[in-house]
Amino acid sequence: MEQIGIVSYGADIPRYRIKVEEIASVWGKNGEDIKRGLGINEKSVPSLDQDTATISVEAARAALKRCNIDPKNIGAIYIGSESHPYAVKPTGTIVGEAIGATPNLMVADYEFACKAGTAAIQTCNGLVKAGMIEYGLAIGADTAQAAPGDALEYSAAAGGAAFIIGKKDVIATINHTYSYTTDTPDFWRREGRKYPAHGGRFTGAPAYFKHITNCSKNLMKIAGTKPEDYNYAIFHQPNGKFPVTAAKMLGFSYDQIKQGLLCPIIGNTYSGSSLLGLASVLDVAKPGDKIFLTSYGSGAGSDSFDITVTDKINDLSRKNAPSVAQLIENKEYINYGTYAKFRDILYWE
Amino acid sequence: MRDVAIIGIGITKFGELWDKSFRQLIAEAGSKAIIDAGIEGKEIDAIYVGSMSAGRFIGQEHVGALVADSSGFAHLHIPAIRVESACASGGLALRQGYLSVASGMNDIVVVGGIEKMSDVGGTAATETLATAADQEWEAFFGATFPGIYAMIATKHMHDYGTTREQLAQVAVKNHANGALNPNAQFRREISLDTVIKAPPVAQPLGLLDCSPVSDGAASLILCPAEKAKKYTDKPVKIIGSGQASDTLALHARDSICTFNSTVYAARMAYKQAKKTPKDIDVAEVHDCFTIAEIIAIEDLGFVEKGEGGKAIDNNITTLDGSLPVNTSGGLKAKGHPVGATGVAQVVEIVTQLRGEAEKRQVKDATIGLAHNVGGCGASCIVHILEAM
Amino acid sequence: MTIGGVARFWREIPQRYNLIGKQCGSCGRIYFPPRESCPYCRRKSIGKMRDIKLSGKGEIVTYTVIHVAPHNFEGQVPYPIAIVQLEEGPRITAQIVDCKIEDVKIGMKVEYTFRRIQEDGYTGAIYYGYKFKPCQQKQNHQ
Repeated sequence: MEQIGIVSYGADIPRYRIKVEEIASVWGKNGEDIKRGLGINEKSVPSLDQDTATISVEAARAALKRCNIDPKNIGAIYIGSESHPYAVKPTGTIVGEAIGATPNLMVADYEFACKAGTAAIQTCNGLVKAGMIEYGLAIGADTAQAAPGDALEYSAAAGGAAFIIGKKDVIATINHTYSYTTDTPDFWRREGRKYPAHGGRFTGAPAYFKHITNCSKNLMKIAGTKPEDYNYAIFHQPNGKFPVTAAKMLGFSYDQIKQGLLCPIIGNTYSGSSLLGLASVLDVAKPGDKIFLTSYGSGAGSDSFDITVTDKINDLSRKNAPSVAQLIENKEYINYGTYAKFRDILYWE
Repeated sequence: MRDVAIIGIGITKFGELWDKSFRQLIAEAGSKAIIDAGIEGKEIDAIYVGSMSAGRFIGQEHVGALVADSSGFAHLHIPAIRVESACASGGLALRQGYLSVASGMNDIVVVGGIEKMSDVGGTAATETLATAADQEWEAFFGATFPGIYAMIATKHMHDYGTTREQLAQVAVKNHANGALNPNAQFRREISLDTVIKAPPVAQPLGLLDCSPVSDGAASLILCPAEKAKKYTDKPVKIIGSGQASDTLALHARDSICTFNSTVYAARMAYKQAKKTPKDIDVAEVHDCFTIAEIIAIEDLGFVEKGEGGKAIDNNITTLDGSLPVNTSGGLKAKGHPVGATGVAQVVEIVTQLRGEAEKRQVKDATIGLAHNVGGCGASCIVHILEAM
Repeated sequence: MTIGGVARFWREIPQRYNLIGKQCGSCGRIYFPPRESCPYCRRKSIGKMRDIKLSGKGEIVTYTVIHVAPHNFEGQVPYPIAIVQLEEGPRITAQIVDCKIEDVKIGMKVEYTFRRIQEDGYTGAIYYGYKFKPCQQKQNHQ
């Protein structure tokens, strides 16, 4: 059977961080309570010169640095994000130009809340499988917005990861993928509105948990696998607690999810969330490792993946680009005032 | 080529002249020079006026005709030419006027320089000045005009050990000189500490390392040297005129701390004048920033490369020094209405060579030099003058 | 207020995104930004200037920290900006990001990164391009 899967990958996380207690102090809340409640200590913040396009370009360039693929052989770029810099005008064209993949190229921007990045992987996977392209570039990246004072302000973070999908020198095969989709309005941002709104506790059981668990179970049924078959598992991370609970509900251990669990230290990177978790796992994965991934996008749906790491991962020049751990380590803290300026909360023209 | 003399000078006060328009300023400077020279309007063969960016500062182009009109010469239909070379526009207007008289084409030429900068806000003024830099490859990326000079300062300090204090001394010296100049924008002395503690603009340069946003105009009357005594007892001859260009962007040059446009323009002027730097008694150099005076005196050959920072401690460029520099207060204290500056520098040198500089008079000054830079050294004009 | 005139930015995309310079086919000198002819070979170089992608690695020649910025950069002050000498020879002016201001030094090794440079007012186009960040030396030593 021919192998299709990840040929290379790269990540990018802005280096500014804000601590949960710094945000809490502005709104008269107790930082410790919130940290405990959300399982988040700090989150990444993009500077004024960073957005989904710049993060996508940096992640894509990192992926290209690790392999010897001519960007001209990339036939499709799909970028999933809910914070595309333009409402109308694609991010993918910017990325295509910046990595030298234009002009023989299919491009589209995706939006499916936090799972648009995994949807991009599925698309590339299908196009490669159909023989329509040699390589596809799938990116999930966000500079997530949160209204000042909203609970989301503690978690909405910035970051992204890029995956080159192909069938030559595959470092991790995508054995199975499956999606579970319903119409569930748990979180949204209406056209023209600056900040998202959400259904509060409705985002939990009927939304996140229902889709994550059903999707995961159905995939394992298709793949004929059990939780203990996997070395690593990654679940979408809207906060530090949901993925841990979901793992437990499905029968995965904390040890299986900890390498991909980044939300406590960088926040929820939305479309980047589960993909940065996957990048973090690939940073340390060894041949033969089995990886389980389920994303979640509000609105709502989940994409699950059954992945096997191959011998080729040892040939990938992983050190040619910073690891997720290095990106997380390289940080500088800012206060809420600077955060407000960077996030365009203080409007000025 | 005929010898050319300056027979009249005129200058307005420099500063934030809220009640004066572009038209009023140029008319004032021009009429002062015309009266000083004792010429009649109908004798004027041509007007050359330097203005860097009237289009952005007052939203008005077509400045040549406007200047002739504002000066009351529309009915005489005198040829009027606007000259632009960024902050060296005034120096270039003089050179063009000089060449036209030297060639024999014109006899009496009025040279003017003007900028009315305060009609736009500070940010707009800064952005307009940055158009003298490379818009696509410097300014686009966030480089400001002070920032580009600051990068020269950083490099000069790194390569030659020039100190923050030495930069500040230039401002202190020029403010002391400006205090003696009735037309200067800043007529007050400042301390070294005040300069160093001023708010930063572009490290290592602070607010008081920078020339101000100014309004002002200056004017000169030129005629063939052989006819000069007919008009004035104290004509001043232009014995050397040099001009050179360089890359628009600072980064494109091999040397960051040398303006080759200055080196080449000075070489041209010295050669024509048959003079060396040692012959110069007084100089006005383009100190748009403190570092600019330091590299200017090096590039003009007044001191060795790298020694510019020490010129004040060594009592070279001070008012009582061996080669007083910027007796007018320079761009720093006199003010820097960009298009007017090159002409105003020559007004100061003529004042010195006539012996009319009062409290800031350099004793026995007979040969003076004016050095006018455009952008970050992409253009330079040097004139050497001698009392007749 | 939007100024418009996107073509002026658009035509520089190869340079601003990917540091595409020109190499003289006659003498081999490399230029960035691109030149129509080589200043040294002049007529001999016309029609022989070839595109060349620069590595984006270089060293700081000199720098400053901007405290008083143009309108489009006011939100970023104070920010370092430097002249960077690229490995291939050309020098360019660019912002230095992703490090503490006090760490910026002459001789510092840097590499290019993709960032927003300016935006044309509140509704106009976003202009992207290069900035420089410290070289990731850690990885090189792994």
